[in-house]
Amino acid sequence: MENVVSEQQSKSPDTGTDTRRAEGPKVEGDVVFALSNVNVFYGAFRAVRDVNLQIHEQEITAFIGPSGCGKTTVLRCLNRMNDLIAIARVEGDLRYHGMDLYANGVDAVEVRRRIGMVFQKPNPFPKSIYDNVAYGPRITGMVKKKKGGDLDDIVENALRKAAIWDEAKDRLDSSALGMSGGQQQRLCIARAIATNPDVLLMDEPCSALDPIATAHIEDLMQQIKSEYSIVIVTHNMQQAARVSDRTAFFSVEVNPDSDTRTGVLVEYDHTDRIFSNPADPRTESYVTGRFG
Amino acid sequence: MTVTHMPHSDAELGSLSGSPRRLRREAIIKQVLFGAAIFSVVVSFLIVYALLSEAWIFMRDIDWSTTWGQIGWFPRRGIYDVPTLLVATFWVTIVAMVVATPLGLGAAVYLAEYARPGVRKILKPILEILAGIPSVVLGFFALLWIAPNVVANLGGEGGRGSILAAGIGVGILTIPLIASISEDAMKAVPDALREASAGMGARKVTTVLRVVLPAAISGLAAAMIVAVSRAMGETMVVFMAGGAADAAIFTSSPYDGSLTMTAAMASLASGTDNVVGEGLTFQSLFFVGLLLFLITLALNMLANFFVRRIREQY
Repeated sequence: MENVVSEQQSKSPDTGTDTRRAEGPKVEGDVVFALSNVNVFYGAFRAVRDVNLQIHEQEITAFIGPSGCGKTTVLRCLNRMNDLIAIARVEGDLRYHGMDLYANGVDAVEVRRRIGMVFQKPNPFPKSIYDNVAYGPRITGMVKKKKGGDLDDIVENALRKAAIWDEAKDRLDSSALGMSGGQQQRLCIARAIATNPDVLLMDEPCSALDPIATAHIEDLMQQIKSEYSIVIVTHNMQQAARVSDRTAFFSVEVNPDSDTRTGVLVEYDHTDRIFSNPADPRTESYVTGRFG
Repeated sequence: MTVTHMPHSDAELGSLSGSPRRLRREAIIKQVLFGAAIFSVVVSFLIVYALLSEAWIFMRDIDWSTTWGQIGWFPRRGIYDVPTLLVATFWVTIVAMVVATPLGLGAAVYLAEYARPGVRKILKPILEILAGIPSVVLGFFALLWIAPNVVANLGGEGGRGSILAAGIGVGILTIPLIASISEDAMKAVPDALREASAGMGARKVTTVLRVVLPAAISGLAAAMIVAVSRAMGETMVVFMAGGAADAAIFTSSPYDGSLTMTAAMASLASGTDNVVGEGLTFQSLFFVGLLLFLITLALNMLANFFVRRIREQY
């Protein structure tokens, strides 16, 4: 952790990030996730190689890169969603607030209760709007009663934070499937934050949405980042540039002997630096649109 | 090499109307396939017609007081107590569903949600073998194994057939049906919903109970209804293990032997179409058949209604 701090201090004078960070009440450098030498395998195939990066609290961290570069795979390691894939295997050290996420005895269910997720395609349950948001609080035992009282407040609060309360308040009991795609995605965000997680992982949350709905989600991310650390995977470089504090650029390496492709982390830095003055030529050619 | 574009003359282009032979062949193929499709429809109508014409004679000529509140079903003596058959059918169906629903649904949940691909690859064909067991074999099994080993332990008599023994046998026969339709219904639930639930920190069992099963509910309801109509229509097991030959005294207890609608028809019509008895014995078969047909038709329509609802979801 000291490493990181000193590294950033050395960088900050010319990027201007230092002043911006210094205005915030948070002390720079609170690390949520620390990944060292993380490798992900699907069976014998190595999907991601040697990822080292640290994700900071109350920031938006973007993962960008071309298709197949492993950005989603790495994201799904952070809340152990890869456990759902029988052949997936994670190697290396992956720490969440200093705790080893893949240690023996760590329950993936407990991990996911602290680290919420929003998916690429809006995936509300075929239940009412209310029941969608209430799902997490109900199953995690946040509320004693399964209806009314506290739960109503939690649902309203989550819908307000996800900027969809005004559109949803008059039809809480109607099916979530009757909403538009953008509304469904904001509902999914409301559902994810209803359990008050520490981190929100977003896997290309806007890729199925039109520009107006996308703008809604981006505004929303800015509003909630003071409460939740956000990690977002995106195909859209402009989006990464607009919303994120730091950006990790992943790329693909073709293994010449087996013709398989492995994702690698090329560069990780403050977003403005990644887009204005990247250290690696591959990053530069990607962000300037020369490949990918 | 340069190719110059030359306008074609009419003779070179030929006619656009196509070969008459090919068109004719196309038409014939279509006719043959239509014939195949219409054949089963025609046969169905003929069956209904045959059923209706004889059943109509029964309904026209019968003294309706002999069909209700009599001591039992004695068709050769002109006593047609329909409730005897209805109650036995009801019991067989209930017992079968009590046996088949938890086992079939449990198997389906396991196969769809828990089984690793390797295990599934082995288990599924075995379940399908169970579906392929001839019902006459299961009839024997019900009479010679279920009756002495299961029914006897449930407080019944093990030495003979009974409605309970037959019902358990039919239940075993129905398990694969419920398992297969329910599994399809659960497999149709998008993985995105399972991921959403897991991402909220739900345990697997929570995801299954609160997301997958509710999302698949119309398919599961359809499975139950199809299973009920299958259990009602099953003949051989109830005929062999039901504990009655061709007549039965009315009973409301599943521990007794009795005749279901199907067993009553099979027992009268076995071996010859020369059903001997007083007056309308022969026609009574068709009347019972018509009743059964109407009940299963209604159930199948209900199942179709539920299945159609599946497609409207997600």
